Amino acid sequence: MTQADKPAAIYDDTVVRQFSLAAILWGVVGMLVGVFIAAQLTWPELNFGIPWLSYGRLRPLHTNAVIFAFGGCALMATSYYVVQRTCQVPLFLSRLASFHFWTWQLVIVAAAISLPMGFTQGKEYAELEWPIDILITISWVSYAVVFFGTIGMRKVRHIYVANWFYGSFILTVALLHLVNSAAIPAGWMKSYSAYAGVQDAMVQWWYGHNAVGFFLTAGFLGMMYYFIPKQAERPVYSYRLSIVHFWALIFTYMWAGPHHLHYTALPDWTQSVGMVFSLILLAPSWGGMINGVMTLSGAWHKLRDDPIMRFLIVSLSFYGMATLEGPLMSIKTVNALSHYTDWTVGHVHSGALGWVGFITMGSLYYLIPRLFGQRQMYSVKAIEVHFWVATIGIVLYIAAMWIAGVMQGLMWRAVNGDGTLTYTFVESVKATYPFYMIRFLGGVLYLGGMLVMAWNTWMTVAGGRSVRVAVPLAQPA
Amino acid sequence: MDILFLLIPLSVVLSLAVLGGLAWAVWRGQFDSLESEGERILKND
Repeated sequence: MTQADKPAAIYDDTVVRQFSLAAILWGVVGMLVGVFIAAQLTWPELNFGIPWLSYGRLRPLHTNAVIFAFGGCALMATSYYVVQRTCQVPLFLSRLASFHFWTWQLVIVAAAISLPMGFTQGKEYAELEWPIDILITISWVSYAVVFFGTIGMRKVRHIYVANWFYGSFILTVALLHLVNSAAIPAGWMKSYSAYAGVQDAMVQWWYGHNAVGFFLTAGFLGMMYYFIPKQAERPVYSYRLSIVHFWALIFTYMWAGPHHLHYTALPDWTQSVGMVFSLILLAPSWGGMINGVMTLSGAWHKLRDDPIMRFLIVSLSFYGMATLEGPLMSIKTVNALSHYTDWTVGHVHSGALGWVGFITMGSLYYLIPRLFGQRQMYSVKAIEVHFWVATIGIVLYIAAMWIAGVMQGLMWRAVNGDGTLTYTFVESVKATYPFYMIRFLGGVLYLGGMLVMAWNTWMTVAGGRSVRVAVPLAQPA
Repeated sequence: MDILFLLIPLSVVLSLAVLGGLAWAVWRGQFDSLESEGERILKND
Protein backbone atom coordinates (compact mmCIF):
# COMPACT_ATOMS: atom_id res chain seq x y z
CA MET A 1 0.00 0.00 0.00
CA THR A 2 1.32 3.43 -0.83
CA GLN A 3 1.14 6.29 1.59
CA ALA A 4 -1.84 7.64 -0.32
CA ASP A 5 -3.84 4.40 0.12
CA LYS A 6 -3.39 4.10 3.89
CA PRO A 7 -6.25 5.86 5.75
CA ALA A 8 -4.83 8.55 8.02
CA ALA A 9 -5.00 7.66 11.70
CA ILE A 10 -7.50 9.76 13.62
CA TYR A 11 -6.95 11.03 17.13
CA ASP A 12 -9.30 9.43 19.69
CA ASP A 13 -11.03 12.58 20.80
CA THR A 14 -14.44 11.11 21.62
CA VAL A 15 -13.31 10.26 25.12
CA VAL A 16 -11.70 13.71 25.39
CA ARG A 17 -15.03 15.30 24.48
CA GLN A 18 -16.84 13.12 26.98
CA PHE A 19 -14.50 13.91 29.85
CA SER A 20 -14.46 17.64 29.00
CA LEU A 21 -18.23 17.95 29.13
CA ALA A 22 -18.40 15.75 32.22
CA ALA A 23 -15.88 18.05 33.93
CA ILE A 24 -18.16 21.03 33.37
CA LEU A 25 -21.24 19.18 34.56
CA TRP A 26 -19.55 17.93 37.73
CA GLY A 27 -18.00 21.37 38.28
CA VAL A 28 -21.45 22.88 38.47
CA VAL A 29 -22.73 20.07 40.72
CA GLY A 30 -19.72 20.10 43.06
CA MET A 31 -19.75 23.87 43.41
CA LEU A 32 -23.49 23.92 43.95
CA VAL A 33 -23.10 21.49 46.85
CA GLY A 34 -20.28 23.71 48.13
CA VAL A 35 -22.49 26.78 48.08
CA PHE A 36 -25.25 24.84 49.84
CA ILE A 37 -23.02 23.67 52.67
CA ALA A 38 -21.58 27.17 53.01
CA ALA A 39 -25.16 28.34 53.40
CA GLN A 40 -25.76 25.65 56.02
CA LEU A 41 -22.82 26.84 58.10
CA THR A 42 -24.29 30.34 57.98
CA TRP A 43 -27.93 29.27 58.45
CA PRO A 44 -28.04 25.83 60.11
CA GLU A 45 -31.80 25.63 59.58
CA LEU A 46 -30.88 24.59 56.04
CA ASN A 47 -30.10 21.13 57.38
CA PHE A 48 -33.91 20.74 57.58
CA GLY A 49 -33.53 17.85 60.03
CA ILE A 50 -33.16 15.54 57.03
CA PRO A 51 -30.21 13.15 57.41
CA TRP A 52 -29.24 13.03 53.76
CA LEU A 53 -29.16 16.84 53.56
CA SER A 54 -27.10 17.25 56.71
CA TYR A 55 -23.81 19.13 56.54
CA GLY A 56 -21.79 16.20 57.82
CA ARG A 57 -22.89 14.02 54.91
CA LEU A 58 -22.85 16.72 52.22
CA ARG A 59 -19.39 18.06 52.95
CA PRO A 60 -17.58 14.95 51.62
CA LEU A 61 -19.96 14.96 48.66
CA HIS A 62 -18.68 18.46 47.89
CA THR A 63 -15.01 17.59 48.30
CA ASN A 64 -15.26 14.37 46.32
CA ALA A 65 -17.27 16.05 43.55
CA VAL A 66 -14.94 19.00 43.05
CA ILE A 67 -11.70 17.03 43.38
CA PHE A 68 -12.45 13.69 41.73
CA ALA A 69 -15.40 14.47 39.51
CA PHE A 70 -14.60 18.01 38.35
CA GLY A 71 -10.82 17.89 38.76
CA GLY A 72 -10.57 14.24 37.80
CA CYS A 73 -12.53 14.53 34.56
CA ALA A 74 -10.59 17.68 33.62
CA LEU A 75 -7.30 15.87 34.15
CA MET A 76 -8.49 12.83 32.25
CA ALA A 77 -9.78 14.91 29.33
CA THR A 78 -6.64 17.01 29.02
CA SER A 79 -4.18 14.17 29.62
CA TYR A 80 -5.79 12.08 26.87
CA TYR A 81 -5.66 15.09 24.54
CA VAL A 82 -2.08 16.06 25.39
CA VAL A 83 -0.60 12.57 25.32
CA GLN A 84 -1.96 11.92 21.83
CA ARG A 85 -0.80 15.17 20.36
CA THR A 86 2.63 15.23 21.94
CA CYS A 87 3.24 11.58 21.02
CA GLN A 88 1.67 12.00 17.57
CA VAL A 89 -0.32 8.81 17.95
CA PRO A 90 -3.95 7.90 18.79
CA LEU A 91 -4.79 6.37 22.16
CA PHE A 92 -3.61 2.87 22.95
CA LEU A 93 -6.68 0.62 23.29
CA SER A 94 -9.30 3.30 22.77
CA ARG A 95 -12.10 0.93 23.87
CA LEU A 96 -10.35 0.68 27.23
CA ALA A 97 -10.35 4.49 27.38
CA SER A 98 -14.11 4.37 26.91
CA PHE A 99 -14.35 1.75 29.68
CA HIS A 100 -12.31 4.12 31.85
CA PHE A 101 -14.74 6.98 31.14
CA TRP A 102 -17.87 5.03 32.01
CA THR A 103 -16.42 3.37 35.12
CA TRP A 104 -15.25 6.75 36.38
CA GLN A 105 -18.73 8.20 35.90
CA LEU A 106 -20.08 5.18 37.80
CA VAL A 107 -17.70 5.96 40.69
CA ILE A 108 -19.01 9.54 40.76
CA VAL A 109 -22.65 8.46 40.75
CA ALA A 110 -21.93 5.88 43.46
CA ALA A 111 -20.38 8.64 45.54
CA ALA A 112 -23.35 10.94 44.97
CA ILE A 113 -25.69 8.22 46.25
CA SER A 114 -23.68 6.65 49.06
CA LEU A 115 -22.31 9.76 50.75
CA PRO A 116 -25.66 11.45 51.48
CA MET A 117 -26.89 8.07 52.67
CA GLY A 118 -24.18 8.25 55.32
CA PHE A 119 -21.85 5.52 54.10
CA THR A 120 -18.34 6.69 54.85
CA GLN A 121 -14.94 5.37 55.87
CA GLY A 122 -14.39 8.63 57.71
CA LYS A 123 -11.09 9.42 55.98
CA GLU A 124 -10.82 12.80 54.36
CA TYR A 125 -10.88 12.66 50.53
CA ALA A 126 -11.09 8.87 50.92
CA GLU A 127 -14.60 8.55 52.36
CA LEU A 128 -16.00 6.20 49.74
CA GLU A 129 -16.69 2.71 51.04
CA TRP A 130 -14.77 -0.37 50.00
CA PRO A 131 -16.84 -1.58 47.01
CA ILE A 132 -16.45 1.84 45.41
CA ASP A 133 -12.74 1.80 46.26
CA ILE A 134 -12.46 -1.40 44.23
CA LEU A 135 -14.29 0.21 41.32
CA ILE A 136 -11.91 3.19 41.54
CA THR A 137 -8.96 0.79 41.30
CA ILE A 138 -10.38 -0.92 38.20
CA SER A 139 -11.09 2.42 36.54
CA TRP A 140 -7.68 3.82 37.46
CA VAL A 141 -5.78 0.79 36.18
CA SER A 142 -7.50 1.15 32.81
CA TYR A 143 -6.55 4.84 32.78
CA ALA A 144 -2.91 3.98 33.49
CA VAL A 145 -2.82 1.27 30.81
CA VAL A 146 -4.24 3.61 28.15
CA PHE A 147 -2.04 6.57 29.11
CA PHE A 148 1.26 4.71 29.42
CA GLY A 149 0.42 2.46 26.51
CA THR A 150 -0.01 5.53 24.35
CA ILE A 151 3.39 6.84 25.45
CA GLY A 152 4.84 3.43 24.68
CA MET A 153 3.51 3.69 21.11
CA ARG A 154 4.80 7.22 20.57
CA LYS A 155 6.24 8.38 17.25
CA VAL A 156 8.17 11.21 18.91
CA ARG A 157 11.15 9.97 20.88
CA HIS A 158 11.12 12.74 23.46
CA ILE A 159 8.37 12.57 26.07
CA TYR A 160 7.05 16.11 26.47
CA VAL A 161 7.32 17.41 30.02
CA ALA A 162 3.53 17.59 30.56
CA ASN A 163 3.35 13.80 30.16
CA TRP A 164 5.86 13.33 32.97
CA PHE A 165 3.61 15.35 35.25
CA TYR A 166 0.49 13.46 34.17
CA GLY A 167 2.28 10.11 34.43
CA SER A 168 3.58 10.73 37.93
CA PHE A 169 0.11 11.86 39.00
CA ILE A 170 -1.44 8.64 37.67
CA LEU A 171 1.12 6.33 39.26
CA THR A 172 1.27 8.07 42.62
CA VAL A 173 -2.49 8.34 43.06
CA ALA A 174 -2.71 4.60 42.36
CA LEU A 175 -0.21 3.86 45.13
CA LEU A 176 -1.82 6.32 47.55
CA HIS A 177 -5.28 4.89 46.96
CA LEU A 178 -4.18 1.28 47.43
CA VAL A 179 -2.32 1.97 50.67
CA ASN A 180 -4.74 4.37 52.34
CA SER A 181 -7.94 2.57 51.37
CA ALA A 182 -6.80 -0.75 52.82
CA ALA A 183 -9.73 -1.87 54.92
CA ILE A 184 -11.42 -4.91 56.38
CA PRO A 185 -15.02 -5.21 55.15
CA ALA A 186 -17.71 -5.76 57.77
CA GLY A 187 -20.76 -5.57 55.54
CA TRP A 188 -21.59 -4.44 52.02
CA MET A 189 -21.05 -0.76 52.77
CA LYS A 190 -19.13 -0.93 56.05
CA SER A 191 -15.45 -1.48 56.72
CA TYR A 192 -12.69 -0.86 59.25
CA SER A 193 -9.38 0.72 58.32
CA ALA A 194 -6.40 -1.64 58.23
CA TYR A 195 -4.63 0.93 60.39
CA ALA A 196 -5.54 2.43 63.74
CA GLY A 197 -5.04 5.50 65.89
CA VAL A 198 -2.19 7.88 65.17
CA GLN A 199 -0.76 5.37 62.69
CA ASP A 200 -3.96 5.59 60.67
CA ALA A 201 -3.66 9.35 60.95
CA MET A 202 -0.14 9.23 59.52
CA VAL A 203 -1.20 7.03 56.61
CA GLN A 204 -4.25 9.21 56.03
CA TRP A 205 -2.25 12.42 55.84
CA TRP A 206 0.54 10.84 53.81
CA TYR A 207 -2.31 10.10 51.43
CA GLY A 208 -4.09 13.43 51.92
CA HIS A 209 -1.15 15.63 51.29
CA ASN A 210 0.03 13.62 48.34
CA ALA A 211 -3.47 13.79 46.94
CA VAL A 212 -2.98 17.56 46.98
CA GLY A 213 0.58 17.28 45.69
CA PHE A 214 0.02 14.80 42.90
CA PHE A 215 -3.66 14.96 42.03
CA LEU A 216 -4.21 18.68 42.49
CA THR A 217 -0.71 19.91 41.72
CA ALA A 218 1.38 17.60 39.52
CA GLY A 219 -1.56 16.64 37.34
CA PHE A 220 -2.61 20.26 36.77
CA LEU A 221 0.98 21.33 36.18
CA GLY A 222 0.89 18.88 33.30
CA MET A 223 -2.13 20.79 32.03
CA MET A 224 -0.33 24.09 32.56
CA TYR A 225 2.80 23.07 30.67
CA TYR A 226 0.78 22.28 27.56
CA PHE A 227 -2.06 24.77 27.45
CA ILE A 228 -0.16 27.89 28.45
CA PRO A 229 2.41 27.53 25.64
CA LYS A 230 -0.37 26.63 23.20
CA GLN A 231 -2.57 29.58 24.10
CA ALA A 232 0.39 31.99 24.28
CA GLU A 233 1.82 30.54 21.06
CA ARG A 234 5.23 30.54 22.70
CA PRO A 235 7.29 27.66 24.11
CA VAL A 236 7.72 27.15 27.83
CA TYR A 237 10.07 29.85 29.13
CA SER A 238 12.78 27.39 30.11
CA TYR A 239 12.25 23.81 29.07
CA ARG A 240 15.32 22.87 31.08
CA LEU A 241 13.77 24.38 34.20
CA SER A 242 10.53 22.48 33.63
CA ILE A 243 12.44 19.21 33.89
CA VAL A 244 14.32 20.23 37.02
CA HIS A 245 11.01 21.48 38.41
CA PHE A 246 9.40 18.12 37.76
CA TRP A 247 12.00 15.96 39.45
CA ALA A 248 12.46 18.27 42.44
CA LEU A 249 8.73 18.52 42.98
CA ILE A 250 7.88 14.84 42.89
CA PHE A 251 10.78 13.96 45.13
CA THR A 252 9.93 16.49 47.83
CA TYR A 253 6.14 16.22 47.90
CA MET A 254 6.09 12.73 49.38
CA TRP A 255 7.41 13.85 52.74
CA ALA A 256 5.21 16.84 53.52
CA GLY A 257 2.22 14.92 54.93
CA PRO A 258 3.03 15.23 58.65
CA HIS A 259 2.37 18.97 58.55
CA HIS A 260 -1.29 18.03 58.94
CA LEU A 261 -0.52 16.50 62.32
CA HIS A 262 1.45 19.14 64.20
CA TYR A 263 0.94 19.01 67.98
CA THR A 264 -0.92 15.71 67.76
CA ALA A 265 0.16 12.31 69.03
CA LEU A 266 2.43 11.95 66.00
CA PRO A 267 6.08 11.80 67.12
CA ASP A 268 7.75 15.16 67.21
CA TRP A 269 10.56 14.19 64.83
CA THR A 270 8.02 13.10 62.21
CA GLN A 271 6.28 16.44 62.49
CA SER A 272 9.62 18.18 61.99
CA VAL A 273 10.37 16.15 58.86
CA GLY A 274 7.03 17.23 57.43
CA MET A 275 7.67 20.84 58.30
CA VAL A 276 11.16 20.94 56.76
CA PHE A 277 10.16 19.24 53.52
CA SER A 278 7.13 21.50 53.22
CA LEU A 279 9.43 24.52 53.41
CA ILE A 280 11.84 23.04 50.87
CA LEU A 281 8.84 22.51 48.57
CA LEU A 282 8.51 26.24 48.15
CA ALA A 283 11.50 26.29 45.78
CA PRO A 284 10.37 23.83 43.10
CA SER A 285 6.81 25.13 43.31
CA TRP A 286 7.85 28.69 42.61
CA GLY A 287 10.23 27.50 39.92
CA GLY A 288 7.25 26.04 38.12
CA MET A 289 5.15 29.14 38.64
CA ILE A 290 7.85 31.44 37.30
CA ASN A 291 8.42 29.15 34.35
CA GLY A 292 4.76 29.26 33.43
CA VAL A 293 4.29 32.99 33.92
CA MET A 294 7.50 33.93 32.10
CA THR A 295 6.31 31.94 29.09
CA LEU A 296 4.45 35.15 28.32
CA SER A 297 7.70 37.11 28.31
CA GLY A 298 7.65 39.32 25.26
CA ALA A 299 3.92 38.79 24.84
CA TRP A 300 2.41 40.39 27.95
CA HIS A 301 0.01 42.32 25.73
CA LYS A 302 -1.92 39.07 25.28
CA LEU A 303 -3.16 39.45 28.84
CA ARG A 304 -4.87 42.65 27.80
CA ASP A 305 -7.02 41.13 25.08
CA ASP A 306 -7.30 37.44 25.83
CA PRO A 307 -9.43 36.34 28.80
CA ILE A 308 -8.34 32.73 28.39
CA MET A 309 -4.74 33.82 28.89
CA ARG A 310 -5.88 35.67 31.99
CA PHE A 311 -7.38 32.52 33.48
CA LEU A 312 -4.18 30.62 32.79
CA ILE A 313 -1.74 33.19 34.13
CA VAL A 314 -3.82 34.23 37.15
CA SER A 315 -4.10 30.55 38.03
CA LEU A 316 -0.32 30.58 38.43
CA SER A 317 -0.48 33.63 40.68
CA PHE A 318 -2.83 31.73 42.97
CA TYR A 319 -0.56 28.71 42.69
CA GLY A 320 2.36 30.85 43.85
CA MET A 321 0.29 32.28 46.69
CA ALA A 322 -0.88 28.90 47.88
CA THR A 323 2.60 27.38 47.65
CA LEU A 324 3.95 30.21 49.77
CA GLU A 325 1.11 30.09 52.27
CA GLY A 326 1.28 26.31 52.60
CA PRO A 327 4.93 26.11 53.66
CA LEU A 328 4.40 29.03 56.05
CA MET A 329 1.43 27.24 57.62
CA SER A 330 3.60 24.13 57.93
CA ILE A 331 5.84 25.90 60.41
CA LYS A 332 4.86 24.56 63.81
CA THR A 333 4.45 27.90 65.53
CA VAL A 334 2.25 29.19 62.72
CA ASN A 335 0.32 25.93 62.67
CA ALA A 336 -0.33 26.22 66.39
CA LEU A 337 -2.50 29.20 65.50
CA SER A 338 -3.94 28.06 62.17
CA HIS A 339 -4.77 24.41 62.76
CA TYR A 340 -8.51 23.60 62.96
CA THR A 341 -9.37 27.21 62.01
CA ASP A 342 -10.92 28.57 58.86
CA TRP A 343 -7.50 29.77 57.71
CA THR A 344 -6.92 26.20 56.53
CA VAL A 345 -10.18 26.38 54.60
CA GLY A 346 -9.08 29.68 53.06
CA HIS A 347 -5.76 28.15 52.06
CA VAL A 348 -7.42 25.13 50.48
CA HIS A 349 -9.80 27.27 48.49
CA SER A 350 -7.23 29.74 47.20
CA GLY A 351 -5.46 26.69 45.77
CA ALA A 352 -8.65 24.98 44.64
CA LEU A 353 -10.58 27.91 43.19
CA GLY A 354 -7.58 29.97 42.15
CA TRP A 355 -5.06 27.44 40.88
CA VAL A 356 -6.99 24.26 40.06
CA GLY A 357 -10.21 25.98 39.02
CA PHE A 358 -8.65 28.64 36.82
CA ILE A 359 -6.10 26.44 35.06
CA THR A 360 -8.93 24.02 34.30
CA MET A 361 -11.23 26.72 33.01
CA GLY A 362 -8.53 28.27 30.84
CA SER A 363 -7.54 24.90 29.43
CA LEU A 364 -11.13 23.83 28.72
CA TYR A 365 -11.86 27.17 27.04
CA TYR A 366 -8.93 26.40 24.73
CA LEU A 367 -9.91 22.78 24.23
CA ILE A 368 -13.69 22.79 23.79
CA PRO A 369 -13.95 24.88 20.62
CA ARG A 370 -11.25 22.77 18.99
CA LEU A 371 -13.00 19.55 19.91
CA PHE A 372 -16.16 20.75 18.23
CA GLY A 373 -14.76 22.29 15.08
CA GLN A 374 -15.06 25.89 16.24
CA ARG A 375 -12.43 28.60 16.16
CA GLN A 376 -13.31 29.88 19.61
CA MET A 377 -15.96 29.66 22.32
CA TYR A 378 -19.46 30.91 21.39
CA SER A 379 -18.97 34.08 23.43
CA VAL A 380 -15.55 35.51 24.28
CA LYS A 381 -17.29 38.24 26.28
CA ALA A 382 -18.77 35.57 28.50
CA ILE A 383 -15.28 34.23 29.23
CA GLU A 384 -14.36 37.76 30.29
CA VAL A 385 -17.42 38.00 32.56
CA HIS A 386 -16.65 34.57 34.01
CA PHE A 387 -13.09 35.63 34.81
CA TRP A 388 -14.04 38.76 36.72
CA VAL A 389 -16.98 37.26 38.58
CA ALA A 390 -14.92 34.25 39.62
CA THR A 391 -11.93 36.35 40.69
CA ILE A 392 -14.06 38.59 42.89
CA GLY A 393 -15.63 35.44 44.32
CA ILE A 394 -12.25 33.97 45.18
CA VAL A 395 -11.04 37.19 46.83
CA LEU A 396 -14.18 37.44 48.98
CA TYR A 397 -13.86 33.78 49.94
CA ILE A 398 -10.24 33.76 50.98
CA ALA A 399 -10.22 37.17 52.67
CA ALA A 400 -13.22 36.13 54.78
CA MET A 401 -11.56 32.86 55.74
CA TRP A 402 -8.22 34.49 56.55
CA ILE A 403 -9.82 36.96 58.91
CA ALA A 404 -12.06 34.32 60.47
CA GLY A 405 -9.19 31.87 60.83
CA VAL A 406 -6.73 34.18 62.53
CA MET A 407 -9.51 35.50 64.74
CA GLN A 408 -10.49 31.97 65.78
CA GLY A 409 -6.88 31.03 66.50
CA LEU A 410 -6.38 34.11 68.64
CA MET A 411 -9.68 33.70 70.49
CA TRP A 412 -9.03 30.05 71.29
CA ARG A 413 -5.65 30.76 72.83
CA ALA A 414 -6.53 33.93 74.73
CA VAL A 415 -6.10 33.46 78.48
CA ASN A 416 -6.92 35.72 81.36
CA GLY A 417 -4.44 36.77 84.00
CA ASP A 418 -5.48 33.84 86.19
CA GLY A 419 -4.87 31.33 83.42
CA THR A 420 -8.51 30.69 82.49
CA LEU A 421 -9.66 30.87 78.91
CA THR A 422 -11.01 34.25 77.91
CA TYR A 423 -13.56 33.00 75.40
CA THR A 424 -15.89 30.04 75.25
CA PHE A 425 -15.86 28.11 72.01
CA VAL A 426 -19.36 29.19 71.10
CA GLU A 427 -18.27 32.82 71.32
CA SER A 428 -15.77 32.17 68.54
CA VAL A 429 -18.52 30.52 66.50
CA LYS A 430 -20.72 33.57 66.95
CA ALA A 431 -17.89 35.91 65.97
CA THR A 432 -17.32 33.89 62.79
CA TYR A 433 -20.88 34.33 61.55
CA PRO A 434 -20.40 37.41 59.31
CA PHE A 435 -17.40 35.79 57.64
CA TYR A 436 -19.39 32.67 56.84
CA MET A 437 -21.88 34.95 55.13
CA ILE A 438 -19.18 36.67 53.07
CA ARG A 439 -17.70 33.30 52.18
CA PHE A 440 -21.11 32.10 51.04
CA LEU A 441 -21.37 35.15 48.77
CA GLY A 442 -17.91 34.48 47.35
CA GLY A 443 -18.95 30.94 46.61
CA VAL A 444 -22.17 32.08 44.94
CA LEU A 445 -20.12 34.29 42.62
CA TYR A 446 -17.72 31.47 41.79
CA LEU A 447 -20.64 29.14 41.06
CA GLY A 448 -22.20 31.89 38.96
CA GLY A 449 -19.06 32.03 36.86
CA MET A 450 -19.17 28.27 36.40
CA LEU A 451 -22.78 28.50 35.22
CA VAL A 452 -21.74 31.10 32.65
CA MET A 453 -19.09 28.64 31.47
CA ALA A 454 -21.67 25.86 31.26
CA TRP A 455 -23.96 28.05 29.15
CA ASN A 456 -21.10 29.14 26.91
CA THR A 457 -20.06 25.51 26.44
CA TRP A 458 -23.60 24.47 25.58
CA MET A 459 -23.83 27.17 22.93
CA THR A 460 -20.43 26.27 21.50
CA VAL A 461 -21.21 22.56 21.29
CA ALA A 462 -24.70 23.14 19.91
CA GLY A 463 -23.29 25.28 17.11
CA GLY A 464 -20.40 22.95 16.34
CA ARG A 465 -19.80 19.35 15.41
CA SER A 466 -17.48 16.62 16.70
CA VAL A 467 -14.45 16.82 14.47
CA ARG A 468 -12.14 14.01 13.47
CA VAL A 469 -8.56 15.21 13.50
CA ALA A 470 -5.95 13.28 11.54
CA VAL A 471 -2.69 12.40 13.20
CA PRO A 472 0.04 14.27 11.31
CA LEU A 473 2.43 12.14 9.26
CA ALA A 474 5.55 11.14 11.10
CA GLN A 475 8.15 13.81 11.47
CA PRO A 476 11.74 13.08 12.49
CA ALA A 477 11.98 12.49 16.21
CA MET B 1 4.57 4.08 65.60
CA ASP B 2 4.78 0.70 63.91
CA ILE B 3 3.40 2.13 60.68
CA LEU B 4 6.87 3.51 60.06
CA PHE B 5 8.02 -0.04 59.34
CA LEU B 6 5.79 0.25 56.31
CA LEU B 7 6.10 3.91 55.43
CA ILE B 8 9.88 4.27 55.56
CA PRO B 9 10.78 1.26 53.38
CA LEU B 10 7.92 2.21 51.05
CA SER B 11 9.26 5.75 50.75
CA VAL B 12 12.80 4.50 50.14
CA VAL B 13 11.56 2.16 47.43
CA LEU B 14 9.62 5.05 45.91
CA SER B 15 12.65 7.33 45.97
CA LEU B 16 14.72 4.63 44.31
CA ALA B 17 11.98 4.25 41.71
CA VAL B 18 12.04 7.99 41.10
CA LEU B 19 15.84 7.95 40.76
CA GLY B 20 15.50 4.98 38.46
CA GLY B 21 13.09 6.90 36.32
CA LEU B 22 15.50 9.81 36.15
CA ALA B 23 18.36 7.51 35.21
CA TRP B 24 16.25 5.89 32.48
CA ALA B 25 15.34 9.29 31.09
CA VAL B 26 18.91 10.53 30.99
CA TRP B 27 20.28 7.27 29.57
CA ARG B 28 17.58 7.07 26.86
CA GLY B 29 18.39 10.53 25.56
CA GLN B 30 15.26 12.26 26.82
CA PHE B 31 17.26 15.32 27.76
CA ASP B 32 19.28 15.82 24.59
CA SER B 33 18.42 18.94 22.57
CA LEU B 34 15.92 20.41 25.03
CA GLU B 35 15.39 23.76 23.34
CA SER B 36 13.65 22.25 20.32
CA GLU B 37 11.38 20.08 22.47
CA GLY B 38 9.67 23.08 24.00
CA GLU B 39 8.93 24.42 20.53
CA ARG B 40 7.79 21.13 19.07
CA ILE B 41 4.27 21.25 20.56
CA LEU B 42 3.62 24.54 18.78
CA LYS B 43 4.44 23.15 15.35
CA ASN B 44 1.38 21.10 14.47
CA ASP B 45 -2.05 20.19 15.72
